Amino acid sequence: MLKKLLIVVVEPDPARAELIAEGLTHSGDHDVRIIAEQSSLSRQVAELRPDVVLIDIANPSRDVLEELALASGPADRPVAMFVDRSDEQMTRSAIEAGISAYVVAGLQPDRIKPIMDAAVARFHILQQLRAELAATRAALEERKIVDRAKAILMKARGIDEAEAYGLLRKTAMDQGKRIGDIAQQLVTAAGLLGG
Amino acid sequence: MSSLRLGYIPLIDAAPLIVAHEMGFAAEEGLRFDIVRLNTWAQSRDMLGAGMIDAAHMLMPIPVAQAIGLGPRMPALDLVMYLSHGGQAFAVNTDIAARLRAEGHAFDFTDARRAGTALRRVIKGPLRVGVPFMFSTQLELTHHWLRACGFAPEDLDLRTVPPPMMADALAAGEVDAFCVGEPWPSFAVERGIAALLLPGPAVWAAPPEKGLVLRRDFTEMRGAETGALMRAIWRAGRWLDEPDHRGAAAEIMSRPEYLDLPSELAERGLTGRLTVTPRGELRQAPGFLAFHSGGASFPWKSQAALIARNIALRHGLDQMAAMRAAMPHFRTDLYRQHLRSAGAALPGASLRIEGMIDADRTVPAERGQMVLRADRFFDGFVFDPPTPDSSTS
Repeated sequence: MLKKLLIVVVEPDPARAELIAEGLTHSGDHDVRIIAEQSSLSRQVAELRPDVVLIDIANPSRDVLEELALASGPADRPVAMFVDRSDEQMTRSAIEAGISAYVVAGLQPDRIKPIMDAAVARFHILQQLRAELAATRAALEERKIVDRAKAILMKARGIDEAEAYGLLRKTAMDQGKRIGDIAQQLVTAAGLLGG
Repeated sequence: MSSLRLGYIPLIDAAPLIVAHEMGFAAEEGLRFDIVRLNTWAQSRDMLGAGMIDAAHMLMPIPVAQAIGLGPRMPALDLVMYLSHGGQAFAVNTDIAARLRAEGHAFDFTDARRAGTALRRVIKGPLRVGVPFMFSTQLELTHHWLRACGFAPEDLDLRTVPPPMMADALAAGEVDAFCVGEPWPSFAVERGIAALLLPGPAVWAAPPEKGLVLRRDFTEMRGAETGALMRAIWRAGRWLDEPDHRGAAAEIMSRPEYLDLPSELAERGLTGRLTVTPRGELRQAPGFLAFHSGGASFPWKSQAALIARNIALRHGLDQMAAMRAAMPHFRTDLYRQHLRSAGAALPGASLRIEGMIDADRTVPAERGQMVLRADRFFDGFVFDPPTPDSSTS
């Protein structure tokens, strides 16, 4: 029986961390720990001595882990994913999914693979959730801008809301732009004019 | 029109990439830039290695460390030109600043010896200094300066803190001081938590800072685009070094899609006119940040050797082997090949003794003459590089 692998997931958002940890537990009998606190990251990783650390590739604390990787002896130095034995496809798919992994040198590839597969799958779900959230926010933001643009037009030209919206839409179509862009331009211009 | 994906970290010295895009220098060369903001240096390195960006705005010691084997295994990375010299500042927390002031230090922002000696007097125990990465010009400058001012290796505790988090780390007491590129030192002063002690060039007059780094196989397989990219960036650097353009550059850099900070804050580093203390003391740092003038973009192999030697020393590796491994990754050959036609001044040699130029000096160039920037170290340090292998030119 192989020793259980200790996997550390660095993720400040508890819900996301849980989602990733759950995926990893399904991929095998691993000991999964979550580190949420960025400031003590270096100390905690040094104390836990995990076999694998998974962290969002864009997490600013990543550069701190690089320091830790250098500090350990060459023999047990954790290495980022571009390790010689990990195949290129795995590296690429991990980076595309937004993961970086630090793996203790000497860990067999057949033990890393299922972990990475599970992590990639979970990170993809997270990316999708994040994209949906961003799209929802952008849509809300755009509606607010369009409302303000309508109000400006109604006041300036003495027209009603439907007419104001029609005017925005027509301008957008004439210029081959989105209504949101036209509204933004109008709001900016009105701001400059003190309107 | 061919499209290139470029990665940068939010710092004012990313300006050549952004200006090349915004001011049309890229389009002039038939290029369309897709500029991606990244959060970490490791991310930039890994995405470049995996081919997910074509070129990166990168700390010049990172390709050196890769060449020595102190990074993950990935295709060879080459630095084809510098993007900037200088642009860094040393900051201390307000407690240390108060102690320095009590000792009579005037925050002249000029004299590295005086500032370093004063700091040595007021610091008991190890000084925790934040640097943006373990392979960075900031770490080199901090090390060189403080070692020369009486700090022993065990008196210095250098810690990695990503640039945008530097002010937070200082506020939280995780570091006592830091060295990082603008706008982050000014940002910390603006928050009232830091005082600036020195600009980077007070330690080393022309410290090479960021480079344009590409995968070697990209420069070989897509040579024409590499040349076009280099010319676009080189022209952007020339534009940026016109004094009248720095204000416009600050406005562009401060936009939400780039630094997302008030333009006034970006302007400080770009004009070298910095507010050094929360009480609003202003200092003008001459030659604080250069993109182009004085041959600033030429990637001297002797600088690859110097950084390689320092990294090897700190990590217990063979110095000569490290220098020889690093030098071929600074592509003076590509610089000559691709920028000659644009009219870049080309030095007669590709390596030199570092630290020998006391004041800007006119020297013979490949054609005619060129001005080289002063590059002295404050303590008179000079570095004589080894002669390169015959394979490097």
